[in-house]
Amino acid sequence: MLLTKFRFKRKYLSIPYLLFSIFFVIAPLLLIVYYAFTDKNGHFSFTNLQEFFSSSGNFSVLVVSILIGEANTIICLLIGYPIAMLLAKKKYNKSYVTVLLFIMPMWINFVLRTAATRELLRWIGIDGGKYPYVATIIGMVYNYLPFVILPLYSTMLKMDKNQIEASYDLGANKVQTFFKTIIPMTMPGIVSAATMVFMPTMSSYVISDIMGERNITLIGNLINLNFEQGLWNIGSFYALIILALIGLSVVLFKDVEKAGDARGGLW
Amino acid sequence: MVKKIIGKSYIYFILLLMYLPIFLLIIFSFTDTNNIGMWNGFSLEVYKKLFQDKEILHVLRNTILVAVVSSIVSTILGTLAAIGIYYSGKKAKKLLDGVTQISVVNAEIVTAISLTLLFVFIASILKIENFFGFVTLIIGHVVLTVPFVILNVTPKLKQMDPNMYEAALDLGATPSKALRSVILPEIFPGILSGFLLCITLSLDDYIITAFTRDNSFETLSTYVEGVTKKGGLPNTLRALTTFIFLIMLAVLFIINFKTKDKRLKKRG
Repeated sequence: MLLTKFRFKRKYLSIPYLLFSIFFVIAPLLLIVYYAFTDKNGHFSFTNLQEFFSSSGNFSVLVVSILIGEANTIICLLIGYPIAMLLAKKKYNKSYVTVLLFIMPMWINFVLRTAATRELLRWIGIDGGKYPYVATIIGMVYNYLPFVILPLYSTMLKMDKNQIEASYDLGANKVQTFFKTIIPMTMPGIVSAATMVFMPTMSSYVISDIMGERNITLIGNLINLNFEQGLWNIGSFYALIILALIGLSVVLFKDVEKAGDARGGLW
Repeated sequence: MVKKIIGKSYIYFILLLMYLPIFLLIIFSFTDTNNIGMWNGFSLEVYKKLFQDKEILHVLRNTILVAVVSSIVSTILGTLAAIGIYYSGKKAKKLLDGVTQISVVNAEIVTAISLTLLFVFIASILKIENFFGFVTLIIGHVVLTVPFVILNVTPKLKQMDPNMYEAALDLGATPSKALRSVILPEIFPGILSGFLLCITLSLDDYIITAFTRDNSFETLSTYVEGVTKKGGLPNTLRALTTFIFLIMLAVLFIINFKTKDKRLKKRG
């Protein structure tokens, strides 16, 4: 009886995905929350929270992660912004292949790519054992530069060229036009590039492990180390902190993107 | 003129820097040496060694197997989901889009450990000693890749003429027939690009693989990570880099050829 009553609707096609997500996305995240607020015996407790805020080592890990994340984001933007601008201008670049060339390194296995960068740096004398921070930041820039160029390039293609013309016509010089017209117009691209770099830099542990020869501990390394040692509760608490930061950046990102859009429309 | 030269030089200078590590590996794959920087004369010895290295070949087989299986599952699940979400009511749409968004923005390490906790939890319920294996690894990769299928297929659904499906039903097609012969061909480019993206993401992944695999199962990422821990990159991996680079170039040529083809067709 039930079968004959059942009528196919296209929206039912998302049911497998819904079930899959409940099982393998939502439930696992709830488990992180559960582990973050329980102790080894499964009793509810704030010990992980206390441990996090009482240890100065953890605090310095957080600071180092933020600093490396910021350094990487700024360097990537400084290198990538001019590249994206040049690629979007017909005068300097006519073919899409050049754009693809900048993305292509991403097709080489990420670990192999990072190991290759380490070989290069060792060869020219920048050893991760001696200069862990320099080596790690170079490794990070190598890995994240394509992620910056791509969103910037696509916002620059959509940029309204008349506004730049108008800026010149109204007497602005090149520097003024760049800071008052071009930068605001490409703000959504800058923000999305920055979010694609900053959080992953903080939470990744592979690049800092390989490039820094295990001399640098980022939040990602801390989670990995705790899980390797079976300390799931404290590890989950760190993961919860990352989740909170991501949630915060998503909220901020939405506002800035809207502001960027609005500004683009206003001018 | 000078500006043009400076601009172009900057583009190619950064490109050169980006490819320098890869070129270095490729150059030193043509000499039989363990250390980069020591040139022992031209030889193909390293390539011979690569083809005799059963371990690496096995690792490659594993890597490709995981990428293909997980991408097929992701593409089917994601395409169905995209169609379903597109035709859902406002509330369901918002909910499902939110779930997709979570997976996209979440840090890989958080996804990875959350899955570890889940699998351990399931294992403790089922009283199984080691639950981690091929299935958990595939689930991990599907979690990682399925949102990108949805994000690739949805724009194609939006571009589609909404009346075509109804027309097919009016002309007597069953819903499944209408789906197969009307909707699927329309959104196929999105499905294909979603599938290719899944393959790339899966081949590239390290963190989720490391947390969801059985420890004896090595993919290229975990294998390279393992050997770099012990010291430098083995020279066989330099030869492998050459092959990966060649495949990349081939893909680039195909893309270039195809886009030119399209442009010509548009003009014609």
